[in-house]
Amino acid sequence: MIKMDNVHKAFGDNHVLQGMNLEIPKSSSMVIIGGSGTGKSVALKSVLGLITPDSGEIYVDGKPSGSGDRDAFLARFGMLFQGGALFDSLPVWQNVAFRLLRGQLKRPVEEAREIAIEKLRRVGLKSNVADRLPAELSGGMQKRVGLARAIAAEPEIIFFDEPTTGLDPIMSGVINDLIREIVVEMGATAMTITHDMSSVRAIADNVAMLHGGVIQWTGPVADMDQSGDPYLDQFIHGRAEGPIEAVR
Amino acid sequence: MNPLDLLARLGRMVLAALAAIGRVALFGLSTFSHMLRPPYYPREFFLSLLQIGWLSLPVVGLTALFTGGALALQIYAGGARFNAEAVVPQIVAIGMVRELGPVLVGLMIAARVTSSIAAEIATMKVTEQIDALVTLSTNPMQYLVAPRVLAALITVPVLVGIGDIIGIAGGYTVAVYNLDFNSAAYLKNTVDFLEPLDVISSLVKGAFFGVIAATMGCYYGMQSGRGAQGVGRATKSSVEAAAVLILAANFVLTGVFFSL
Repeated sequence: MIKMDNVHKAFGDNHVLQGMNLEIPKSSSMVIIGGSGTGKSVALKSVLGLITPDSGEIYVDGKPSGSGDRDAFLARFGMLFQGGALFDSLPVWQNVAFRLLRGQLKRPVEEAREIAIEKLRRVGLKSNVADRLPAELSGGMQKRVGLARAIAAEPEIIFFDEPTTGLDPIMSGVINDLIREIVVEMGATAMTITHDMSSVRAIADNVAMLHGGVIQWTGPVADMDQSGDPYLDQFIHGRAEGPIEAVR
Repeated sequence: MNPLDLLARLGRMVLAALAAIGRVALFGLSTFSHMLRPPYYPREFFLSLLQIGWLSLPVVGLTALFTGGALALQIYAGGARFNAEAVVPQIVAIGMVRELGPVLVGLMIAARVTSSIAAEIATMKVTEQIDALVTLSTNPMQYLVAPRVLAALITVPVLVGIGDIIGIAGGYTVAVYNLDFNSAAYLKNTVDFLEPLDVISSLVKGAFFGVIAATMGCYYGMQSGRGAQGVGRATKSSVEAAAVLILAANFVLTGVFFSL
């Protein structure tokens, strides 16, 4: 289980998180929604230790985030970045097997390559992309490679940062289905941040809405449409009028 | 403007400059500590050797060749004013080995390598590849910074040595084929005049300049702001800082070797 307890984070005068509380049960899929600049990515990166909160605590399975062996802690996580964040200089299979080629999870090169190709197949890519460079792939294919990399070491917890941004609706649907299937199949805990409401409905068990630096509403995805929360209601229906001020 | 405001502004500038020096110093110390402890990344290291050393050879060689040739012409013309044209081989040798070789190679490396390292790492930062490295249990200082700085520490002195030789060869070519110097006498004067300390000072300067050039590229790359503007600013600042620090270090090191 992941627990964020009264987490604060400011960048200069910009107080992004102002006491964020959130619990993500084990083996469930939580989707965090909210407007641009509300701190969704900051929350996600705080759990991983990429950003250090100013105050508050983050626990993973009851232990403070990042405590103990850092490599062992990070080995429990996989992450799909918004732009893929693939390493330009490495071929696709080495991107996917990056973690398996070095560090605590190191495997023989041939075995790592086989695992990479198997994961590429799992996300719907043929083995002939394995030796291509990321720049030779389309945006959708890069996203799939990023997804393959996130699951290559079979992590217990997977984070998805805007998984469908920049993709056409059909490819977004494909990625959403893949995420759902993989999370269920692996029994992983998933935390996704997105603006895309079709993603929310496809991926989420639970939804949390971040606004004003705090969780404005949280609950099962099935309750989202009848929440009665004016902020959530405005956001999911994409209305310009409402309590959330749209910058014009 | 109120004198107190002026003083306050000056104070803030001095504090900001000291803070920047402190950040660079801490980054340098962190780099060296990461160079000494495992894990090591031989692939990154050998790629850096290739990028910094082998691929810099043409620009270093051409720069040294033309500078050596121009230096021979200048010394000949200047020496002729007091009948001292014969000193061309000695002055070209000492000028290239003790000063121009290391400084020009250092500046060429700052232009070519520092900018390329800063742009590459800054782009990796902007596209979240640095964050991705961390999530994949890989320390960016160990994976990106340490191999580049170590490669520069090893290759730049070699480049300086090669630059020195090519520069002297440039001077020799001009002196022998344009100024009618005797070939054997030119080479004998060059070899006889140079002392081991001249060569050592050249190579030591090269090692310092290599570390400065690679460290500045890595530092500004890692500190880069967002977007294309952030990458551009990081690249520009890295080359400026590397060039100024190389010239400052040259002054200090020349003083040190002069006192030996």
